[in-house]
Amino acid sequence: MERIILHCDLNNFYASVECLHHPEYRNVPLAVGGDVEKRHGIILAKNQLAKKYEIKTGEALWQALQKCPDLLIVKPNFSLYLRFSRLVKTIYQDYTDQIESFGIDECWLDVTHTLHLFKMTPKELADTIRQRIKEEVGITASIGVSFNKVFAKLGSDYRKPDATTVITRENMEQIVYPLPVSDLLYVGRATKEKLYTLGIRTIGDCARFDVQILKRRLGKWGEYLWRFASGEDTSPVLVRGYEPQVKSIGNSTTAPKDLKNLDDVRIIAYILAESVAARLKEAHLMAFTIAIGVRDVELKGFTRQIKMDEATQLSDTIAEAALDLFAKHVDFELPLRSIGIKASDLIVERNLEQINLFEDPFLKQKKMNLEVTIEKIRERYGFQAVQRCLMLQDTLLSGFNPKQDHVIFPESYFKG
Amino acid sequence: MKTYVDVIILNSKEGKIKPLAILWHNGIKYSIDKISQITRAASTISGGTGIRYTCTIQGQSRYLYHEEDRWFIEKKEY
Repeated sequence: MERIILHCDLNNFYASVECLHHPEYRNVPLAVGGDVEKRHGIILAKNQLAKKYEIKTGEALWQALQKCPDLLIVKPNFSLYLRFSRLVKTIYQDYTDQIESFGIDECWLDVTHTLHLFKMTPKELADTIRQRIKEEVGITASIGVSFNKVFAKLGSDYRKPDATTVITRENMEQIVYPLPVSDLLYVGRATKEKLYTLGIRTIGDCARFDVQILKRRLGKWGEYLWRFASGEDTSPVLVRGYEPQVKSIGNSTTAPKDLKNLDDVRIIAYILAESVAARLKEAHLMAFTIAIGVRDVELKGFTRQIKMDEATQLSDTIAEAALDLFAKHVDFELPLRSIGIKASDLIVERNLEQINLFEDPFLKQKKMNLEVTIEKIRERYGFQAVQRCLMLQDTLLSGFNPKQDHVIFPESYFKG
Repeated sequence: MKTYVDVIILNSKEGKIKPLAILWHNGIKYSIDKISQITRAASTISGGTGIRYTCTIQGQSRYLYHEEDRWFIEKKEY
């Protein structure tokens, strides 16, 4: 049976919510942007008027202001956006239980088995949902309707704002095939260049290409991309509430000032390690592998990782492993702009453990007790209640709490 | 502009909420004579979204919104 999948994309989500709440903003070019002082100074979303000035999501605030000096930039209010996201999802729930979110403002809905209840065509259902979002929540959505998730997503991008696009097997060659191949999920700059060298510029080119050659050139991703392009994507829309198994726990941050040496990195690394360790403990997990990610002031970056003999959830161990990696692989030729620490190869924590002959097992237990106690104190009295002496060396660098500050995490398409 | 107002509500034993009167800024209490519709809706005029009560107050129809834990009246469209 052919599936019927909707992809709903809330148009200019953050900016739309701001404009709804502030009628006076509606007739001015507006963008929601990060905090300039803390250097999270990029455009997160913009309204239709700002779009006319060719302001793009992700560009620096100063670039946007050059294009449009009158641009009104408001700070993001994430708890408000989460409320709107929730309101919209309650509307989706009237139509199916297969609702998979992709970020805060996008969702896939599988209505294959529920459509008959509403006595509507797929397009009519999509239009009804759009109308309800507009009336009940006050923002607009564009919806793509198709027989797989990838085409549904392309459909919601095809016409916006406030429109429905239906992509069927009959019209896919007219609608999907002429689109640039970079519109496909997971085709970033690097993949795009590889595809260009094969002469693949549009999605149609990719679909008509020999899948075996693609596989040879791009590995397993070659086959995925070919499947995406030719409408053969069979990945299911997950049932609401499905929590994928955690594969890694990590935190990263853009520092309020450039990191010029290992001492600067150390301060941030300890904060990140403490956050990762606390989240590991909360999830009752231990990690074998610690990875670092860095990005310099020219926005170039890389990751390095190390596998340890024993799994850990101690912030000290994580920080030390990460700092070893930093010392080994970062030369500080260019100062760093952002760094991250990630713990992976996770196992469920157990009470039994192989003791290392050359280490004092009681010391480890003591450290563990100390960390758990500190985390309890922080939970009660705030993050700053207890901190390492190191943090006082540079309070500008140490003045953030990654565990609490991040409310919206990026998502992956492959959750199985 | 969006103006929040004080509202006297009846919280029934079934858990339902019904607004009975609005306490306006000048201190006058306006009783709600009739509620003709209750629906979730956005107010593009005042800027907000919530449960909308279509109320009849002194013979005139007004939209009263319950937004999270506060109430606002949609100003009249001119």
